[in-house]
Amino acid sequence: MNRTSRRRATSRAWLILMYLLTALALIPLGLVLWFTAAKGFQPASHLEFYVNVFRPVGVPGAGVKHAIVGTMMLVGMASLMAIPIGILGGIFLAEYGQTRWAGWVRLASDVLVGTPSIAVGLFIYAVLVAPLHHFSGLSGSVALAVLMLPIVVRTTEGSVALIPNGLRESGLALGLPRWRVSLQLILPAAAPGVITGALLAVARASGETAPLLFTAFGNQILQLNPNSQIQALPLTVYQYALTPYKSLQDQAWGAALVLVVMVLGINLISRWVLRRQIALAGQM
Amino acid sequence: MATAAETKPAGITTTRRVPDRFRTVTALVAAAAPIVLIVIVLVLLQGSELSIRKFGLGFLVSRSWNPPIESFGALPAIFGTVASAFISIAIALPVGVAVAVILAEPSHPSLRGVVGTGIELLAAIPSVVYGIWTLYVLSPWSYEHLEVPISNRAGFIGWLSDPATRSLFNASLVLAVMILPTLTAISRDVIRAVPRGLKENSFALGATWWETTWHVILPAARAGIFGATILALGRALGETIAVTMAIGNRYWIPPSVFQPAYTLASVIANEFTEASGALHQSALVELGLVLILVTLVVNLVALLLVRSVSRETRITA
Repeated sequence: MNRTSRRRATSRAWLILMYLLTALALIPLGLVLWFTAAKGFQPASHLEFYVNVFRPVGVPGAGVKHAIVGTMMLVGMASLMAIPIGILGGIFLAEYGQTRWAGWVRLASDVLVGTPSIAVGLFIYAVLVAPLHHFSGLSGSVALAVLMLPIVVRTTEGSVALIPNGLRESGLALGLPRWRVSLQLILPAAAPGVITGALLAVARASGETAPLLFTAFGNQILQLNPNSQIQALPLTVYQYALTPYKSLQDQAWGAALVLVVMVLGINLISRWVLRRQIALAGQM
Repeated sequence: MATAAETKPAGITTTRRVPDRFRTVTALVAAAAPIVLIVIVLVLLQGSELSIRKFGLGFLVSRSWNPPIESFGALPAIFGTVASAFISIAIALPVGVAVAVILAEPSHPSLRGVVGTGIELLAAIPSVVYGIWTLYVLSPWSYEHLEVPISNRAGFIGWLSDPATRSLFNASLVLAVMILPTLTAISRDVIRAVPRGLKENSFALGATWWETTWHVILPAARAGIFGATILALGRALGETIAVTMAIGNRYWIPPSVFQPAYTLASVIANEFTEASGALHQSALVELGLVLILVTLVVNLVALLLVRSVSRETRITA
């Protein structure tokens, strides 16, 4: 074998190895989805699972309605706080992004994305739970909002910055004030990207467990008062999975399946919205 | 009076610069992120005051964690956190770079789409789902097919002996899966940012695909891949729930990677709501403070590295 063909063979071998490693990287995804579906299907296929709440071990017909409703409440309240603030912050970064202050905001947002969520839980415990002497859904949703905020800020900035300057200039040339140009002209044009970012933030918040441990805390019954302890799906998975009871472990898998379907569903919807944005941008 | 106003067309009067109130308002709203970050650190600092006063710097090197006699030290938790993060990087880095190289290739766009989506979905799966999967599937499998065979053959090396189902190694395995998307996404962007000319020149000189990748592209992207690695390290250090469900939660410095251990985040998750007294709670908050300060530094270094790379490539491209 001459030198050239040996080099080609080496190159080919490395290429194949890299494809194999890529396949290896996707195996965990398949396994997690498969086991969650396989073990969660049985408990999650009963209607009772969605209309009943916790029942003691041995009593049939237990469900996770309280956790599903709780997650929706917690994430809903967190969205009301994080999304408007995040969108305005993102518009600031996109429209006035050259200033030194904008640089600090950008850096702080990027650092905040990587901040351990358990530390955010401790922080909210110290400022909202300890002074009021009780766990509450409201404090849990503030913790989730802190985690959502930087995601919304950065994705809004990204999609607003993509809007061609011509649109901005035509608005200003017509004599519109800056706020109307930004909020009524640029923001609607960037809407698909902004919605994608908000949905990604919602998906992330829905799956968070650690910041809820010392804030929302969890509850065995359905609780609609945001000022009291509230259960969430990730908390259910965590608490039930660590018990020695087979029936609760099964429910944990069922709750995990509901959670995965919810989170991946939101993710796929956000992808679809983003593709529309790209398609629209192509027409412009 | 009226004529003066009529002869002056509207709009001319506004040539003087009006203060941009919209800018002021959005700049203030945008302050939320930096303010929250600073307040988190200050609040944790205040919360750990009791423990800092009692133990001082000795807290960081003491191995004791004994609530009944109020003796607390962070060393085993720091060790477990750092060890699990580094082992997970060692496992994930080769795979992550390989996936990034494949994703950055211009060939087979449909295949890249599938792989890219798969990796992003890997990032979307909640931590607690990885946790339950590790607890009931990955750990038992890893114990039987990785830990036991390895320790049977290499158990004479102390830190590869005594396999257990819940272990530092199994926690690192699931961490490796969880940080893979971070590692891959940023490495792919950095590899893509390598100027095309470099690659084309290399091919023109007769280099093979592998020679080009190994000797030209990866060295050019080195700093960015390093930044991506450090960013992934930051994620691994702060991960809580999946690790808590996998690592076995034993407060000691394990003699073997196949033995249970503990991490900063896991201790807080397990003990905080049941803290036995003010000092115990304060010590737990101090663990949180150590964790957030370490991840802050790690994230800052990583961000600066990744940013400097993308700026450089923008200039050279």
